[in-house]
Amino acid sequence: MRITCPLCGPRDRREFYYYGSEDYLTQPEVGDLDAVDAQLHLRDNVAGRVRDVWYHEAGCASWLVVTRDTVSHAVEKVELVANVKGILAKTKLKGGAA
Amino acid sequence: MGNLIAKRPLGVDPVGHGDLVLAEVDLGRVTSVAPFAGADVARVLKPLVFPAPGVVSSKGDARLVWTGRGQAFLFGAVPEGLGAVAALSDQSDGWAGLSLTGTGAVDVLARLVPLDLRALVPGQCARTTLGHMPLILIAVFGGFEVLVFRSMARSAWHEVEQALRMWGARAQC
Ligand SMILES: [Zn+2]
Repeated sequence: MRITCPLCGPRDRREFYYYGSEDYLTQPEVGDLDAVDAQLHLRDNVAGRVRDVWYHEAGCASWLVVTRDTVSHAVEKVELVANVKGILAKTKLKGGAA
Repeated sequence: MGNLIAKRPLGVDPVGHGDLVLAEVDLGRVTSVAPFAGADVARVLKPLVFPAPGVVSSKGDARLVWTGRGQAFLFGAVPEGLGAVAALSDQSDGWAGLSLTGTGAVDVLARLVPLDLRALVPGQCARTTLGHMPLILIAVFGGFEVLVFRSMARSAWHEVEQALRMWGARAQC
């Protein structure tokens, strides 16, 4: 599997550290315990298109959002977390993990 | 305190095969430069420019090598006023430098580095791995400079020397 880092170009998967679902980029509202529970524990485990957070550990040290298909293994899109619009806005949404 | 004697990370003699030479490089002063958001570093860095990913900006002996998102390593003196526009940290004793230049440099490093090194030309650099070691790879005329953490200097030298000898042995038969 190869991931094309927006800064470094196409690199072997072993250069990257897998963090988890992009849900981790969303902070639930303080005090909303159900949302915190959902954010920490509830995942969909999709067969198909997923969006995950990866870290280019052996490269440029960028946090990335990788959109890929768990069935075909195709990588559709790789974005810098810093450039993904709406992440900061999302942190203020009610309900936590979307 | 008395005068301390600076020790090189390796202190080894060059090895080679044909015109291919593996040698230790004295990196001199190395400073990590991470510009503050929105700060105007261009004015202070002149004639160097803050490099785009995978690029080396150089003027004379001074070099600014891209080393990551929002970060470059400056080789040479730190310009006046740079600390006001970028986070600086001294890396001089943290890194060890090896150079591999001559015929076959690409073939030897290809055994250790997971990139197409034929595509890397002088003025370019890459963050990747040497075996399992974090690596700053800089393309120079006729070969490469290989920068690893100082604590891994001996392992890096061993790996590259081994690859060089194996490549040399194959080239002979
Ligand atoms: Zn990268």
